[in-house]
Amino acid sequence: MGLPPKATFPLSLLLLFFLFLVLSTSAQQEEFSEELLLKPLPDRKVLAHFHFQNEAPLAADSFARHHHLFPKSISQLVQKFHIKAMELSFTQGRWNYERWGGFDPISSHNAKPPGVELWAVFDVPLHLVDASWRNLTHSLSGLFCTSINFLESSTAYSSPEWAFQSALGSLRYGTLPREAVCTENLTPWLKLLPCRDKAGLSSLMDRPSIYRSFYHSQRLHLTMSSAASDGSRSGIILEQTLTVVLQPNDQNAGMSNVGEIKIQPSWSLSSIFGRKISGRCVLAKLSNVYLHADRGLVAQLETSQKNTAHFATNDTGPEDFRRNSGFELSVAPKRVLKELDKSSSVLYEYPIKEYKDIEQFDLGLMWEHPIVWSSPHAPFYASRFLVGSGNERGAIAISLKSTEMTQQLVANNIEDSCKLQVNVLQVVPWYVKVYYHTLQLLVDERPQVLTDFIERMRVSPSEDKVSPGMMELVLQVPCAMKSAVLSIEFDKGFLHIDEYPPDANQGFDIPSAIISFPDFHAGLQFYDKSQSKSPLLSKLQEKSPVLSYTEVLLVPLTTPDFSMPYNVITITCTIFALYFGSLLNVLRRRVGEEERLLKNKDAKKGVFLRQVLTNLSAKLRGKPLESTPSVSSSSSSSSSSFVSPKLILRVLLVAGIAIAWQYYSQ
Amino acid sequence: MGANENSSAKPRVRPIVRIGIFLISHSNIVSLICFLAGVLALLLLPVLAKNTYISENALMPGSANNMLSTHQVSDASKFIKDLTDLEFRSTTSPIESQKLIAQYMSALDAEVTFHKFYPQFSQFHPPHFFTSSDSGLIAENGTCSSFGINTIGIIRAPRGDGKEAIVLVTPYNPNKVGLGEAVSLGIAYSVFSLLSHVTWLAKDIVWLVADSQYGEYPAVAAWLREYQAPVFHRVDEINRETCNASTTFNELGQGLYLDGKLNSDFRRAGTMAAALVIKVAEQGNQYEDSLNIYAEASNGQMPNLDLINIVNYLAVHKQGLRIKVKKMWSLLDSRWLNALGVIFESLGKIARSLNPQWKFGIPATEYVEGAATLASSLYYQGLGVPTGPHGAFRDYQVDAITLEISPKVSLTKVIRRDEFILRGGRLIEGVIRSINNLLEKFHQSFFLYLLTSPSKFVSVGVYMIPFALLVAPLPILAAYLHANASNSTPQIPSASEVDVRHKSWKWLNSARKVLVTHLWGVVVSLLPLVLCRIPNTTLTLNFVLWGLLSAFSLLILYLILGCPIFEAAGSQHEKNKWASLKSVTISTTFIGLSLMSVINFATAEIGALLIVPICLLARPLKLDIQARSWRTLLRASCNIALGFVVFPPISFVLLTGAFEDFYGINVGDYWNWVESLWAWNSATYLYVGVVHLPCWALCIHILFHPC
Repeated sequence: MGLPPKATFPLSLLLLFFLFLVLSTSAQQEEFSEELLLKPLPDRKVLAHFHFQNEAPLAADSFARHHHLFPKSISQLVQKFHIKAMELSFTQGRWNYERWGGFDPISSHNAKPPGVELWAVFDVPLHLVDASWRNLTHSLSGLFCTSINFLESSTAYSSPEWAFQSALGSLRYGTLPREAVCTENLTPWLKLLPCRDKAGLSSLMDRPSIYRSFYHSQRLHLTMSSAASDGSRSGIILEQTLTVVLQPNDQNAGMSNVGEIKIQPSWSLSSIFGRKISGRCVLAKLSNVYLHADRGLVAQLETSQKNTAHFATNDTGPEDFRRNSGFELSVAPKRVLKELDKSSSVLYEYPIKEYKDIEQFDLGLMWEHPIVWSSPHAPFYASRFLVGSGNERGAIAISLKSTEMTQQLVANNIEDSCKLQVNVLQVVPWYVKVYYHTLQLLVDERPQVLTDFIERMRVSPSEDKVSPGMMELVLQVPCAMKSAVLSIEFDKGFLHIDEYPPDANQGFDIPSAIISFPDFHAGLQFYDKSQSKSPLLSKLQEKSPVLSYTEVLLVPLTTPDFSMPYNVITITCTIFALYFGSLLNVLRRRVGEEERLLKNKDAKKGVFLRQVLTNLSAKLRGKPLESTPSVSSSSSSSSSSFVSPKLILRVLLVAGIAIAWQYYSQ
Repeated sequence: MGANENSSAKPRVRPIVRIGIFLISHSNIVSLICFLAGVLALLLLPVLAKNTYISENALMPGSANNMLSTHQVSDASKFIKDLTDLEFRSTTSPIESQKLIAQYMSALDAEVTFHKFYPQFSQFHPPHFFTSSDSGLIAENGTCSSFGINTIGIIRAPRGDGKEAIVLVTPYNPNKVGLGEAVSLGIAYSVFSLLSHVTWLAKDIVWLVADSQYGEYPAVAAWLREYQAPVFHRVDEINRETCNASTTFNELGQGLYLDGKLNSDFRRAGTMAAALVIKVAEQGNQYEDSLNIYAEASNGQMPNLDLINIVNYLAVHKQGLRIKVKKMWSLLDSRWLNALGVIFESLGKIARSLNPQWKFGIPATEYVEGAATLASSLYYQGLGVPTGPHGAFRDYQVDAITLEISPKVSLTKVIRRDEFILRGGRLIEGVIRSINNLLEKFHQSFFLYLLTSPSKFVSVGVYMIPFALLVAPLPILAAYLHANASNSTPQIPSASEVDVRHKSWKWLNSARKVLVTHLWGVVVSLLPLVLCRIPNTTLTLNFVLWGLLSAFSLLILYLILGCPIFEAAGSQHEKNKWASLKSVTISTTFIGLSLMSVINFATAEIGALLIVPICLLARPLKLDIQARSWRTLLRASCNIALGFVVFPPISFVLLTGAFEDFYGINVGDYWNWVESLWAWNSATYLYVGVVHLPCWALCIHILFHPC
């Protein structure tokens, strides 16, 4: 440091000032928030939904710029591939739409098909979309340690137009149902967070307890935020969620008393995750924990409360919320949010920074009485299954069953002309050759004319080894419908031997179909007095169509015996050679003619022919055996009668020698 | 014959042709040798059997410790007690037990559904061999008043993707709860309750409690039909109206719709990887707990050998159960088989003394046991009728076996019973765990095999040899007879072109005769379809009617189509007429047997054993008697005896006599047998009707040929 101290002070002050300026401007826009939503589920499990949101401005030069909070790899991705929106999810297990609900925002957004699902919307000219997609898959597969690069092949992705995430632009959609999800996928995902899993809510993510869960889905969602003034792209919003369904340890699990309602197991953060929250991530603007009691639970609580006391009026303080007839919370919530409707769900809010005094934040829920409730269901419960068996053909059937939701709708609706819209998106790989003309619709077990129910339909047939088949349907079904079945037949194709994946004998997957109900919106309308900008809350309140995924199907295809291709090839070749050889021989030869010719020749120059043959054989055998031709020729002529005593003698001699040798060699 | 002498005149005949000519010219010896070699090879099969081994590495049976503990067993014991107590309660409605089972299932957090089905009673439906049955037709046949209710519990694998499922089946009659059935339910329950909270499950578990009051098979088949090939639109609209009147099914769900666990609609769980049918025999053998494996499905299809292997491995090495497969008991103490076993044993000893590496020959007792098992394996595969409810699964390409566990002592003692449940449950748990490990479907091991003991098998490559040897003489003899018949004619000096043409096409006349007879065979096999429509008939009457109608139809066919045959009878080539006929008959038999061997090998094997001797020996009795040498007379008597034995009803009686016993067999039984073959879509029926019977008729025709 050659500068005198006098000079350094103002300089450093100036530097500091600039730094502060830069920080303040960027911090104004780069925002990070972490939130956790907990929700008891009707079947004695607990849903934990981590929600991290990262926002960054989109400056023209941001490609080269360093961000403070926002992960650079993601912003580079966005810049390079001109991504308008993108979602990537890794899922293990199945979301149980029946027991865990299918109508709330969590199930519509975070219930994903098993394996990997990726969709992206690009802001590039149409002819460049596929190239961008291919590059994106490769980048992501490197970023997340997965085989997303398998989505690069044109047989693996499709471009639905309006049945899924409509009106976004040039969308590409692909799934890998068989991708195994593991902690090696979680680690790169955590790396995108500013605090990783070192501090804040993400420190709860104890790997063993997360991967022991019944359902586990980690998701990465990218969108462009648009400026309020002109609607132009102003920033990137990166939304990272992890949804797990956990089974709390049940003390009285052993006692299975039939016909008796079991009390729900009590849990706390430390008991389900094995860790506690030891403070917030200091970089986060917002760090909240929510507990969500859904409509069914609140209704049950209210009915049980009616006998004793009034429940949860808006006037009572937070301390009263700690206890109610059903359960007791170990920590008093800061705020309680109620939905606007009469019978509505309740959200308890716990800002982490308010609980500084407690050493570690450990929210617990103690059940006091057994309560039975059910989660809200989607208008129709969708399931999909295969029909038929064997290696030749089959059918895919999608069945829709009405739930109590539509029954209510029918009850409320007086006139009969109530109609419901159902969107179906089904992608099938090319080796499942779907015949779209066999599409059948049965409403309440009666076959119907398709055109009466289908409003719009878009089919892009599969092309062998080039592209998968895709079917988009918009159905208008009556509300009073009890059940509907869509079935479509297919033939099973043959693959070339090197197109079979490893473990081909397991069968081939047909990715989940997506059933959405655009008439319904899965948003919770909270009566929010304070204008806090919680991204999770706004996500919950966002009006989005109800969406559900069906099961992944496993189609057994004909598989060759991989263990012995060589044997198979040789045996088939032998059989073919024998068959065609003899057939050609029979067809070509004219036996009568040949015999006549032979006789003539024999009479004329039979001796000559034999001479030629002996010469030839002598040449083949080489010179040392020059003396033998006469012997060989005589033997060949004598052996023309099939069993000559000489031959038998020779065979016996050889056999005897062989046996003797075998016997004495032991 | 002449070809051999001529060969010197024709200088260059290809060796393959020469061998062919040689074989054909010595056809008598060749066929005798081949036939004897075939029978010998068949008898050698128990010696040639290999030890089974687990081919698929992923299965890893027994590598994990059993998790089933006394805790689950005591739960199961309580379940059994509740179930058997229902019997003694006076006011039990028939559906009470299903309710109880459903309650127990839903207490384990399983998805519970009921499946109502109408059993099919009509035995003779239009034939649909090798096609999936049209369920619409079956629905028509069912009556509303009688229906069964299957109870199904499904455990979803916690982290699985739900693409595959393992099925457990326990047949169970709710009207008459036997202790054996209750214990089998208890075993399944103990496993089910364990699986409801294990973390390693990768495939969904489906527990089907099949309502067996109308038989075990129909209940399982009905559920599978609904699972694999459902009918979405109801054809029997009127039927349904009346069926809905029966409210028993509707009240079944009352009080059970707790937190959405009970579902009114049919539930599925992915592609089935394997299925296990669990049964408990009420009276076991006296010595030890044992396990019977039944594996034969329709048309001789077998589950993958690996499935049997795992069960065998776990039962023997882990649970110490004595494992058994079906045996033909009558063979066990047959003296000739024992003698044969001793001969093979001594031969094996000699071979070993020559070269210690030649591991040939097994102890005589083992040989007899193996032969008895092999015979029953061959018989039940050949019958083409599944030996248990597992057969329904094979129709949908699902590997399945029935495990019948029989206890040492009576099951009424609770402590002994608990121990028994623990053993059975651990076996099932181990098997399920193995299948759960399986990434791919069963494909590694054999599908075509015969068992000679639970741990020994004869694979297709070996058991094909006897059959090939048995049928090999047929084409050779046919060629010989054909050549003989066409060669002997030129002795008549007529060089006219017409005669030559007549000569070369002469066999067509015989072919027509054979065709007509086979047509008759088709008519005979279709006759039961008409006969079953006649009301109020007894089995015997049916059988007699069938016989009369068959004879009548034969007569009619002869009158309509067969006239030219009688007309030609007076022609000059009468002597060779029968030879030509025999040649064509033998060729068609050969074709029929070869085709059958592709469809159901065991049937073809048994059929070849029966029909080949008479095909080879058949010769007009008149000629034999005229010759009056002891050889010809012996042949004639052999022919008569064989002609008697091969007649299908008689061979049926003989076979059932050999496998079960002669006691109480009457002619009606044959009708019964035919009916069951038809009902089970057995290809054996087609074989008997279209191949065996016409061949027998033609052989008889040759025997009584007027020459």
